[in-house]
Amino acid sequence: MLNIQNLNVYYGNIQALKGVSLEINEGEIVTLIGANGAGKSTLLKTISGLIKPKDGEILFEGQNIAGKVAQSIVKKGVSQVPEGRRVFANMTVEENLELGAFLRKDTKGIREDFEKVYNLFPRLQERRKQQAGTLSGGEQQMLAMGRALMARPRLLLLDEPSMGLAPLLVKTIFRIIQEINDTGTTILLVEQNANMALSVADRAYVIETGRIVLDGTSDELNQSDQIRTAYLGGH
Amino acid sequence: MSIVKQAKGFWASIVLAIVFSVVVQLLINGGQLNAFYVNTLFLIGINIILAVSLHLIIGITGQFSIGHAGFLAVGAYASAIITMKLQLPFGLALLVGGLAAAVAGLIIGIPSLRLKGDYLAIATLGFGEIVRIIFLNINYVGGASGMQVSHLTTWPWLIGCVIFSILVIVNFTNSTHGRACISIRENEIAADAMGINTTYYKVTAFAIGAFFAGIAGTLYAHNFYIIQPTNFGFLKSFDILIFVVLGGLGSMSGAVIAAILLTIISTYLQDYPETRMIIYSLVLIVMMLYRPQGLMGTKEITSLFKGRKSVKGGVQDESKHTVA
Ligand SMILES: Nc1ncnc2c1ncn2[C@@H]1O[C@H](COP(=O)(O)OP(=O)(O)OP(=O)(O)O)[C@@H](O)[C@H]1O
Ligand SMILES: [Mg+2]
Repeated sequence: MLNIQNLNVYYGNIQALKGVSLEINEGEIVTLIGANGAGKSTLLKTISGLIKPKDGEILFEGQNIAGKVAQSIVKKGVSQVPEGRRVFANMTVEENLELGAFLRKDTKGIREDFEKVYNLFPRLQERRKQQAGTLSGGEQQMLAMGRALMARPRLLLLDEPSMGLAPLLVKTIFRIIQEINDTGTTILLVEQNANMALSVADRAYVIETGRIVLDGTSDELNQSDQIRTAYLGGH
Repeated sequence: MSIVKQAKGFWASIVLAIVFSVVVQLLINGGQLNAFYVNTLFLIGINIILAVSLHLIIGITGQFSIGHAGFLAVGAYASAIITMKLQLPFGLALLVGGLAAAVAGLIIGIPSLRLKGDYLAIATLGFGEIVRIIFLNINYVGGASGMQVSHLTTWPWLIGCVIFSILVIVNFTNSTHGRACISIRENEIAADAMGINTTYYKVTAFAIGAFFAGIAGTLYAHNFYIIQPTNFGFLKSFDILIFVVLGGLGSMSGAVIAAILLTIISTYLQDYPETRMIIYSLVLIVMMLYRPQGLMGTKEITSLFKGRKSVKGGVQDESKHTVA
């Protein structure tokens, strides 16, 4: 579904991604693990068109979307949940979700997706008239995810959904990620919480200072000594 | 449901505005309103247009523009050239004044709005000064001594322009475009991630705001007998900015109310410019201390008449939908 070849991305003179190649098959959950500053968010932003790569290819269902504007990429079916729960604070939950469907015209489909999102996140339905800025951290994360789903993506990009959440809530979020995937949405999940990420993902890539240094199935990476010491707090 | 409600309020305000303007026209004709009041009324109208146009840029789209007098100047001079140099009708001057300012808005807006951050504030600040200095040095428009302009701004033109600009900006705000602009104000990165073309909407809002400032400039130029570059300095930009900030960022009714109040205050104080600045500063300080969100916060005056239960706990009532 997504096939990235030799992607190079710069911020000015600083190279943030160095020849990154990565593949995601339809229906998978793939996780991208890496330390702070490794380039995870940069990769997501480049896929969704917020940053233009210097060179390299991003094939989404066979079409090269590298360097395309964000608008056309969202329309093609790629939707991103940005890092740090960026909700529209002074708008209600409902208005936030409406904006997720900003590029869509099919009123009927949008109404269906409202139902879907509310089924997935009953908490959002209870609070649909509440200002997003007054939601708890976990609820805001749910809203950010729900809002991305309102674009009816086939590929969902999640940037550290568990950041700053209590362990119980992290579990809930990951269960929902699994549910979203079960309904047929392919997911690229960026995480620092490697334990949880590997528990839901089919496959994983490890990124270090802009380079993919390791990849494999989640089981393989769970077994890997290198990963256990570096990312799983293992022994 | 809410559409009907909105429509009711809408038609009521239109009728009210028409009745008001007819009454004022009759009073002017009958001579019951002396020149001082008429002049204040005209200034209020012009300032309302300036306030709502800047409200669209700052209050709705969240882009900090601090050189609005520059657009006022472009509109004033462009329209004065149309009527005085080319002897063309006033209606055309209004259009040209607005368009010239909108083009200036595009020239400033496109490069600085493509970037995230406060580039626009710096660019517009510079723009306001540059415009003033340019007009100061063009002999064709009179240089420092200014340009003679006939008094062509009449009450019907004025009230028509006020209603037109309010209608356009309210409609824009309540449209899909408006929602995109508000989402940029709320969180530009999230708006980007939703696939909203943030640069496009920022530039559009900015150009519309500039257009109406140009309209205001036309009315302004043809309301006095002379325009001079000194009329369009930074202090003028600052006055307009105060309308929006004092009214409450995001509230159009707030901006309108602030424009009315401050225009009245400053006409009474026009012989004491120092006092005026002191009073302005005091008003601002008091505001910051007791009502930092501005007169109206982000609410519109219409929401005061609708469901009152809404305010507590951040739970919104349904009709708040239309509000920024
Ligand atoms: N706008 C920017 N300008 C310059 N450098 C940037 C910019 N954004 C990110 N970087 C740099 O690029 C590198 C990768 O950043 P990125 O945000 O992709 O990391 P990350 O893996 O998402 O980290 P984290 O886990 O902390 O979110 C970092 O060294 C960062 O400092
Ligand atoms: Mg990151």
